[in-house]
Amino acid sequence: MQQTRTVELGTGLFALLGMGALLFLTTHATGTDDFDADLTYEVTARFENVGSLRKRAPVAMAGVTIGRVTYIEFDPVSLQAVVTFVIDSRYDQIPEDSDASILTAGLLGSQYIGLTPGGSPEFLADGSELFFTQSAVVLENLIGRFLVRGEQGDTQE
Amino acid sequence: MNAVSDNLIEIRDLDYARGRRQIFKGLNITIRRGEVTAIMGPSGTGKTTLLRLITRQLIPDHGLVFVDGIDISTLSTAELYEFRERFGMLFQNGALLTDLSVFENVAFPLREHTNLSNRLIRHIVLTKLHAVGLRGAADMWPSELSGGMARRVALARAMVMDPDILIYDEPFVGLDPISMGVIVRLVRQMNDALGISSILVSHDVEEISTVADRTYLISDGKVAASGSPEELHATSSDLVRQFMHGMADGPVAFHYDAPNYEEQLLGRDED
Amino acid sequence: MLAAFRDLYITFVQFVRTFGALQLFLFRLIMHSPGVIFRRFGLVVGQVYNSGALSLVIIMVCGLFVGAVLGLQGFDTLSRFNAEDSVGTFAGFALIKELGPVITALLFAGRAGTALASEIGLMKATDQLSAMEMMGVNPIRRVVVPRFLGGVIAMPFLVAIFSVVGLFGSQLVAVSLLGVDIGAFWQQLQQTLASEDVYEGILKSVVFGGAASLIAVWEGYNSIPTAEGVGRATTRTVVITAITVLIFNFIITAWML
Repeated sequence: MQQTRTVELGTGLFALLGMGALLFLTTHATGTDDFDADLTYEVTARFENVGSLRKRAPVAMAGVTIGRVTYIEFDPVSLQAVVTFVIDSRYDQIPEDSDASILTAGLLGSQYIGLTPGGSPEFLADGSELFFTQSAVVLENLIGRFLVRGEQGDTQE
Repeated sequence: MNAVSDNLIEIRDLDYARGRRQIFKGLNITIRRGEVTAIMGPSGTGKTTLLRLITRQLIPDHGLVFVDGIDISTLSTAELYEFRERFGMLFQNGALLTDLSVFENVAFPLREHTNLSNRLIRHIVLTKLHAVGLRGAADMWPSELSGGMARRVALARAMVMDPDILIYDEPFVGLDPISMGVIVRLVRQMNDALGISSILVSHDVEEISTVADRTYLISDGKVAASGSPEELHATSSDLVRQFMHGMADGPVAFHYDAPNYEEQLLGRDED
Repeated sequence: MLAAFRDLYITFVQFVRTFGALQLFLFRLIMHSPGVIFRRFGLVVGQVYNSGALSLVIIMVCGLFVGAVLGLQGFDTLSRFNAEDSVGTFAGFALIKELGPVITALLFAGRAGTALASEIGLMKATDQLSAMEMMGVNPIRRVVVPRFLGGVIAMPFLVAIFSVVGLFGSQLVAVSLLGVDIGAFWQQLQQTLASEDVYEGILKSVVFGGAASLIAVWEGYNSIPTAEGVGRATTRTVVITAITVLIFNFIITAWML
């Protein structure tokens, strides 16, 4: 009987340790700002160009992450990109006319959506759409424009 | 079949081949109720195979096996389990389960097949262990037992479900004379005291002579001779004499089949 | 030339046959599993102990050192891009998605797989399995299924423990030895590692656990019942498990990306 005791004790300890490790991996090693589907509301925005924005990219306001991009699709009618994202329900007083722009973290970092507050007394709710949007800055276009302007300057002189 | 027959097991015209090797060809054996029947034969005659055919672990190619007048090839799976519970089997080296203690080994069939209380199981197991003289070894592990002790434990285990038929597969191999004597005595004792029938597969002529009521000598897939040990000793058949007296030359040749000796040594290489 | 083709053909047919037999064997194990889990859970617990708890020390020691070397290499590589702070991300991704499941499976094959194969092989060689059959007990149910399930249950736990110990190993090197900020180490990891990445690791550990346990019990159960046969079965267990795990690892990674 001594032996079964050792086996049961050892197995119990092992299983506890294993579950503890699994719990650690799923909670502590991954982002703690994962948004629970029940405690968020969904907002969409249309962009001319989303650049390299990806699913799960953060949505930030004043530099604080308040949500995540959940879906990016192409609307064949308006020929625009429709980005769906969720915002934590705690932040339910964001003016309806806020401005969404696709920004880049650092010079070459990953892209995210930055919200700049508007002045409307109406707040964003589940299913709202943001109408003021600013597309991603595509580096090639920027450089292209810079070069064109440089050439024009040359001919003027 | 006559139900009150003295014949417990009847094997009729049995053929069995493994791959291309014909092991049995027209085998006929009758095992009588309440007797110790020995099955002897030179190594490789398929004695162990025969035991498996009797318990339907193997199915014959041709021929029938009757146990208590019932053709065992007609048994359903459920009936087969019930049928096998009538047999207790002692394997060559005991085949004790190495991860269980002696006590648990003997208790194993009870725990698997019955819902008896721990107290009752303990009672039965200790009784059986006492019968083989190893009650004191109940808490030991199979790895701590000598060959003879392991076989005695296995015998207790084979007895624990109170079978009608006990089968011994080479019970005397590799034992010292004392252990051998103990096993011989136990085989006889179990058979007579409990009123069961025993089948003994072995090639230890001397031990079998002291314990068996009837002996079958198998050679070339057939019964070469049968009868009581005395009858076999007195027989005039060359094969039986060779076997019973352990002679190197006789019908079973000393030389395995080989090409001509002279040709093989002196002949040129074939390619 | 013709003989070579014939040999190749025979080998191929043999392989397909073995593969089919293995599928049928797995099917049998799965069919018996619910009965064993509900009626004989004690047997499974004993095997979780044998495969899992007894492998714990080797898993933890190896995890610690694999994590530590990831800390060193990660720091060395990332410092060339001035991104030393990302060493936590580097070690975390490597451990959780790849090295945790793969190395644990290889260690499992060496420690628990060989033990399973040789144990079952010896039980076969010493007639224990036949004895059970004679006593009306199905050895697949009584011996093979509990060992298979024990391995399947133990593997994900072992992988998780390996990864966590590895993370602390790399933290130990990166933070204490190389001076990376401990906050940056964990924060960078948490920002980039998604739940899906952890799930990928868990999925791999479940698949590898199933494959490693299946191969071990298969090799043991089908070993030639002699001392030599059992020895060969243990060697084959390690080799076949290693190959299978690495191939599955590639397939799962390609599929999850």
